[in-house]
Amino acid sequence: MKLLILLIISSAVVNNVVLSQFLGLCPFLGVSKKVDTALGMGAAVIFVITIASFVTACIYRFILAAFGLEYLQTIVFILVIAGLVQFVEMFLKKSMPALYESLGVYLPLITTNCAVLGVALNAVQYDYNILQTVVYGFGTAVGFTIAIVILAGLREKMEFNDISSSWQGMPLVLVTAGLMSIAFFGFSGII
Amino acid sequence: MMKKNSPAERLVNGIFLENPTLVLTLGMCPTLAVTTSAMNGLGMGLTTTAVLMFSNLIISLLRNFIPDRVRIPGYIVVIASLVTVVQFLMAAYFPALNAALGVYIPLIVVNCIILGRAESYAGKNGPVSSFFDGLGMGLGFTGALTILGAIRELLGAGTFFNIQLLPESVYTPVTIFILAPGAFLVLSCMVAAQNRIKNMPPKEKKEEKAAEEQSEEAAVIEEAEGGVS
Repeated sequence: MKLLILLIISSAVVNNVVLSQFLGLCPFLGVSKKVDTALGMGAAVIFVITIASFVTACIYRFILAAFGLEYLQTIVFILVIAGLVQFVEMFLKKSMPALYESLGVYLPLITTNCAVLGVALNAVQYDYNILQTVVYGFGTAVGFTIAIVILAGLREKMEFNDISSSWQGMPLVLVTAGLMSIAFFGFSGII
Repeated sequence: MMKKNSPAERLVNGIFLENPTLVLTLGMCPTLAVTTSAMNGLGMGLTTTAVLMFSNLIISLLRNFIPDRVRIPGYIVVIASLVTVVQFLMAAYFPALNAALGVYIPLIVVNCIILGRAESYAGKNGPVSSFFDGLGMGLGFTGALTILGAIRELLGAGTFFNIQLLPESVYTPVTIFILAPGAFLVLSCMVAAQNRIKNMPPKEKKEEKAAEEQSEEAAVIEEAEGGVS
């Protein structure tokens, strides 16, 4: 139990998925203009990564490893993730329309979020069991949500600042992300 | 004026006009993650180029056989197979580079440049021009990554392709540039510089002609200093 809590903390803040591993940068930079949309994206990512890490861990353990097909992992994982996102979308639309409405456009975007595939591949690399993989996936996704919500909050504050025209837009966002990344180094002492 | 879709036109387009990293801003994750040194940037760039050339070639050859509705999963299977092949070749022949790039090699599958070129070019054009489109895009990506890696390596370790350029007695390396924050900061400076160049008032024609010869070389650097817009 203690190990699992440590795993959550380490994957969520110490080795933050965006700020120290650079996975999932596209939505991090693209969908962080408003806190509300950032929260929606974060929720969708938590939902999908947790399910996807469970499914890919099961497939790896019971199908690929059992039949000595580990070399197919990249192909199988990406297809499973793409299929899963579609399936989750259809399922939510039918059974939980309220949640579907709130996640909305963010769900299909997640297929191209490399954090999902990155979590599945890293979990195999670190030799995690199924429970550890799910916890690691959940922690990573929470870390993504923390980072994107903080960035969105900062961007809302900076929107009307008077900055030189060359630095407006993407450069300013990148500098902000860089400073957040420095701040997150502060967490590396806690484990 | 070069003929449209000729190999040379495709190369120039990929490297300069539509540079995938700096002009189209695709594939940000590997761009920031692996550019801790010029060598890693170059290795990642060339690996991606290899995958991109052959994925474009194969997808272009198969474009009349893949039904339109399932084309995206079809493309992904082609790309993922190629990445798996490349991954094993790297592990066998370049174990050090493979270890340095780690999980980012299999993650080439989700690099949006590759799927983007498959969807927007290879799926609609012949195999030869698609192959050169992949080569041009790949080289443009490689150039941007190598320059970003070189800047970070020089500032962060005082070296260039592992050769000590700035001796430690003169320059104390600023380690943060090869850590994660440095990637964001260097890229932001590159983008800001590119915005500055873009916003400059147009030069006089005479000046332009004189500068043209120099600017051909400088264009590579200018392009590289440019960025996400």
